[in-house]
Order: sequence, then structure tokens, then C-alpha cells
Amino acid sequence: MLRRMIALGMMALITVSTLPVGAAELQSLLKTLRQMEGEGSNNPAATTAWKELTQTAPEKLPEILAAFDDCTVIGANWLNLAVDTIADRAADKGAKLPAKELEGFVLDRQRNPRARRLAYDLLLRVDPAAEGRLVPVMLNDPGVEFRRDAVAHLLSQADGLFSGKDLNETRLLQQVVYRQTLNAARDDDQIKVIVEKLKKLGVQVDLPRHFGFLMNWKTIGPFENKGRKGFGAVFPPEKELNLTAQYQGTEGAVKWQDYQTKHDYGMVDINQPYGMLKEVLAYAVTDFNSATEQEVELRLGCKNAWKVWLNGELLFQRDEYHRGMRLDQYRLKAKLKQGRNVIMLKLCQNEQMENWTKEWQFQLRVCDATGTAILSTSRPAGNASTK
Amino acid sequence: MNKQQWIAGLLAGFVICFSSGADWRQFRGPGGTGVSVETNLPTQWSEQENIAWKVPLPGRGLSGPIVIGNRVVVTASTGYRQDRLHVFCFDTQTGKKLWQRRFWSTGRTMTHGKICPAAPTPASDGKRIFATFSTNDVICLDLEGNLQWLRGLTHDYPNASNSLGMASSPIVVGDTFVYQVENDSQSLAVGLNVDTGKNRWLIDRPKKASWTSPVVLPAKDGEEEVLVLQSGSGLHAYNPTSGDPLWSFEKGCSTIPSSTIGGGLIITPSNGLTALRPVSVGSEPETVWQDNRLGPATASPLVYRDHVYTVNNVGVIKCAELKTGELVWQLRIKGPFSGTPVAADGHLYFFNEKGLGQVVKTGEKGELVGSGDLGEVILCSPAISNGAIYVRSDGHLWKIASKSADK
Repeated sequence: MLRRMIALGMMALITVSTLPVGAAELQSLLKTLRQMEGEGSNNPAATTAWKELTQTAPEKLPEILAAFDDCTVIGANWLNLAVDTIADRAADKGAKLPAKELEGFVLDRQRNPRARRLAYDLLLRVDPAAEGRLVPVMLNDPGVEFRRDAVAHLLSQADGLFSGKDLNETRLLQQVVYRQTLNAARDDDQIKVIVEKLKKLGVQVDLPRHFGFLMNWKTIGPFENKGRKGFGAVFPPEKELNLTAQYQGTEGAVKWQDYQTKHDYGMVDINQPYGMLKEVLAYAVTDFNSATEQEVELRLGCKNAWKVWLNGELLFQRDEYHRGMRLDQYRLKAKLKQGRNVIMLKLCQNEQMENWTKEWQFQLRVCDATGTAILSTSRPAGNASTK
Repeated sequence: MNKQQWIAGLLAGFVICFSSGADWRQFRGPGGTGVSVETNLPTQWSEQENIAWKVPLPGRGLSGPIVIGNRVVVTASTGYRQDRLHVFCFDTQTGKKLWQRRFWSTGRTMTHGKICPAAPTPASDGKRIFATFSTNDVICLDLEGNLQWLRGLTHDYPNASNSLGMASSPIVVGDTFVYQVENDSQSLAVGLNVDTGKNRWLIDRPKKASWTSPVVLPAKDGEEEVLVLQSGSGLHAYNPTSGDPLWSFEKGCSTIPSSTIGGGLIITPSNGLTALRPVSVGSEPETVWQDNRLGPATASPLVYRDHVYTVNNVGVIKCAELKTGELVWQLRIKGPFSGTPVAADGHLYFFNEKGLGQVVKTGEKGELVGSGDLGEVILCSPAISNGAIYVRSDGHLWKIASKSADK
């Protein structure tokens, strides 16, 4: 009986594993998965579609990868897992992956960067030499991982590129190479290495400009945040933006005042204008002049509770205190209008008294999805060495 | 049931039929107790002795391994931003990788530098694997690595995250998958349908970061199991199927070490350590004993053979009577510990953060009877199954077993 059941199971498995998926059916499966939204609302249909999709022949992988172009965040993960599964099954059966088509997909910069990265990973399985062929040409790739690999490659080569040449010539060439590498770099660990290299070559880097940190602000405060209730309360700057107005704060009358940070990473320290206060909040506002109407990311680092508005519209808010801060901690998608845009933050400090809860600060930059700085048209020119 | 579902069920049945040994399907194994019935486990190991196999892991992680039949499953995260999430499945006998699955985080990947998104230990109902990450992504796979469903809980509830990272390990109760997402901003717990990943229930939880994991009180007298969630404000008990509240204990609990159960008691890190006996729906549990001196540090308390064990932040193990809380013995070993100890065959197994495993024989006095240094940072709680101990670091997964058990 057991033998018969095993035989039946194996026969059925073989049947399923060779089911063909037609072109129309493939598109239907892809449509189901790439439209997946939150809450697991369509999970049962997606589960069925995923099982069928993973029966697809590996030759169809580029077609599946192309579906990432018009795909939700959740849908991309369903597709990602299907792509890997198809490739794994192909490997188990000794079937070949379509290396040429995958390489073409990797090189097509119009495609979704994550899909291209998946294609690249699959390509390396069958053609490890592709790494040496492709990575050096990806210095300005829209995919952050490709860019990172290319920067790492160039950094590994840069010091040895000019050995044996004239010292001054080497110095100048190294400056050129490291500036080129810096222009491509988006990850802070690599940027720090490059900045140090350039520093030794006598080149100072304008880091705030490279990242796109906003350096010039007006702040007003302190207002009350006892019992953390100020986070949800509406103070006058949320009702009207009048930079000449005067309001009642916790320490008496308060008005907007200029604040310029000179910090390399654009840190705005609210303790500086107001002192080490607790259970208070303040607002910071700045203008950003956009050359065009454009989709951007406002990237915020902050360990205090905060709210961010763009042109009066609340983008996001978060009431977490002192759990840590880092560069690009929060990525807020936003649409800038052409010309003047107003960015306003509410920054709350809580009641904790430990040393590590003294910070009342933030850093904010404007960039695209790859982390490339988008600069305000009214931003003052950087220092000469980094233009 | 369609043809493919029938075949999947048939194959899953084969797997279950042919698997042997006790599974370790969640954080702290059977019943979430940290106790195994296995015997003849090694008490001494090194690179040359009692290491059945060691396999490299390509990503970071402090989640513990789980074992289902002849599969050991572990999670990891990779990338500069730690935004690629992985589930690996290895053959318990050979260490051969059976499959791996990866996907992108949909929630925030920021954590304290000591940890990473692969912090929660996965869970299994014996047919499926449920893996969660600090990003609050949830993936359900069958034992062959086939995707069953996905959820992105920070995608769904955008302020549900903790900038220090989240580490609560999920559990499966009946046909409900339970996961605590407790933080300062949008704090919640969900019960998901294991078949579909859809919410059975969602409850608001205290707005305070917590890294503790749930416990389940076994069903008795024809009643359902009871789900107990821990937070800074105390313990809250719920019906695991409906999420309906049952009772609460409001005297505060630690937000790092989790409660455990044994002898009909809940042992919770509250005012040191407190033993509670649930009474009835709507009533606060009876406090059986409470002792400030027994408070654990990061590792959760362990109940084993009528005693309760805790380890403090200087590496002192304290053993107390389960019924009374009376201190029986203390023993200092080498800490510090992040991973919760486990117990089997009269021994307690501790792995400190430097990768040193220490084996303590229980009895009238605690005695350090063996050790083994794996030489890498270990922050997880180990798994015990089929005569072997499984433990992982950021770089490797080990199977510790004597040759006689390595078959």
C-alpha cells in the first residue's frame, strides 16, 4: 500500500512539474501577483498563482522579471520568490538559465533595479565571469546595489592604477578618480572612505551638498510637551505659517529665529537655541526651491518624536523617543511643486533624564530614490573643490 | 482541494511519517518551555569533538534554529542595509542545504548594531514554516520551501516598528499564527489564519517597546489554550482564536526576558521573578511567590524538573524551588548571555555571547560539567532535537552531536 502511494505521489509530482504555462496564462498569473496589496487581502489567489507560476520554464524568467516594472512592494516579493524557485528547480534538473537574455535584462537600465539585481544573481550562477564584465560599467547605475559594487571595485583598483607614474601626475589622476568615485557613491561607509582618500590628496569635500542636507532653518519654541501630550496638540505654527508672528511658549513669548547648521551630516541641534530642556517641543521650517515639479524622497534621521509637513500637508508622524538615530532612518515619498516648497518639522523632547536622552536633533535631506541629492535652486554654491 | 493541493498534502504526510525524533518548532522548543526529552546529548565539544557538521551562513542573525523532522531551518539578513531577508533549510543529518528563499524587507531595517533584522526565531506547525523579521515581514513556506503567503506588517501598519529593532518570536496556536509587534508608536499583536495569512484578530498593545515572546497555557478541563502576552505593563491573557481578553496581571513585567510556564504556573520577570497561578476569566492570577533576587537579565527564565533557573547580568545562575521560590543554589559561569538556556537529560545548556557553551548538571547543587567554545558571537537560544544541539552565529550553523547520535 505504502509503495503504491509513493508511486502515485511521484507520478503526480512529475505531472505537475511539467505542466506548461501558456503566454496568456503567464500574463494572468503575473497580473495577480504584481497587484498584491497589504493585509493579505488576496493571499489565497496569490498562493495559487505562485504555485502555477513556479512551474514556468526558466526561459520565461526575463518575462517574469519584466513584471517588476509595474508592481507593488508586496507583489515584488511574490515575484522575487517565484523567480528564485524557478531558477532553483531548473538547477536541480540540470536545465540551463537563459544567460544571454538575463545579461540583456541586467544591462537595461529602464528596468526595475531589484529585478535587474535578481537577474544579475541568476546570471552569476551560470556565468561567474559576468561580475568582472558588468560591475565596472555600473558606477552610475540607478540600482543602489550595482552602484555599491562598482564603487567598491573602483576603490579596490584606484590606489594601484597609477603606480610608476610621476608623483604629481599620480596625485592629479587620483583626485580625478576619487572624485568620480565620490560622485557615484551613495552609501555612507564608502563615502567616508573616499572622503578620507581625498582629504589626504588635499581635497575637501562638501558633504552636506553631496548628500543634499538642508542646512538653513528657522526654528520656534519651546512649546509644552508634558506627558508627551504636545505631540498630538496643535500649536500656532501648525495653524498658520507666519514667520514674523510671536506666540506664547513655555518660557514666555517666542518667535521664529534663524538657525544654520555647519555639521557635515546636516545635524540640526534644537538644544543649541533653547538649552537642554525636557518635555518641550519646537518647530523648524525651511524653503526648498525646486527646478521642476518632481517626485523626491525626504530622508529624515531623528531620535525624538516628530511630524513632517510639505506645503502644509502632513507627510508622516512618529511618536518614538530615544530608540536610536541614523542617516536615512525614515524615507518619506513626496512630490515637490516647481518653485517654492515649504518643509516644516515638529520635534518633541520627552521627560527621560538619562544621558542618552539629551539629544533633541534631526537631519533632513532631499534626494531621489537612489539617494542622489536633489538641491534647491536657491542653495548657495558649495566650496570650490567639490563643485 | 485541487490536484496540486492534494499532492502537496500527500508529500507533507510522507515527510511527517518518515521524520523521527522530537521536533523543536519554535523559540524554546516544545510548548515554549526550553525543555527537551532527549538524552545522551554531548556535554563537551570542540572543533575536533562532537561537531557533526558546521555550515556557513551568508547572513547575520540571532534567531534560533528550529527543527522539523529531518530539516533544520534558520533565518538571516544580508546587504549593506540588511534589507534582504532569508530562510534557509538544511538536512539535519548531513548539513546539506535543501533550499533557501529570500525576499526584500518591506519594513524598516534599522536595529541596534548588536542585532539585525533576523532576530525572531521562526515557528512551525509541522507542515509549514512561519518566519518573521525585525522588519515585521512574515513569510509562510511549506517544508519544501514553497511560498504559502506573505505579510508586511509595517507595510500594513506603518508606525509599527522600533528603531532599536524588534525581536519577539512568534508562535502557532492551533490554526492561528500569533505575533507581537510591540513598540512605542503603533503597538499591536496579530493572530493570523495559518492557511491564508489574513488577520483573525488584531489587538492594540501597550505603547512601549517590548522584545518579549508569547507563551501558551495548555488547554485543560475542556477549555481552550490560553495565550499570554507580556509587556512593560504586565501580562494579558487572550483567547488565541478570537483575540478576546481573558485576564490580566497589571503589576509590570520586564520588556526583554520572556515569561515561561511549568507546574501550572506562569513564571514571569516581574519585580524580580514572580510565580502566578491563573484563576479564572476576569480575575487577576494568584501570586504564588515573588522574589527580587531571582530577576533575570536578558535570557528568559527556565523551568525544569520542579525548579526555576535564571541567570543575571554577571553570569550567576540561580536555582529556586518552583513551588516556593526558595533559593536552592547559585553558580557563577562565564557570561554575558543573550540567548535563553535550554534543558535536557539533567543538564542546562548555556551559550554566552562569546560562543562559549557551558553545561551545568542540575541537582542539589549546580555543577559545571562541560563546555565547548565555538569562537563566534552567539546571541540565540539553541534547539535540541534527535540527539543533537543546533546553534547559530552570524556566520555559521552548528550541529553538536556525539558520533553515536550522528546518524
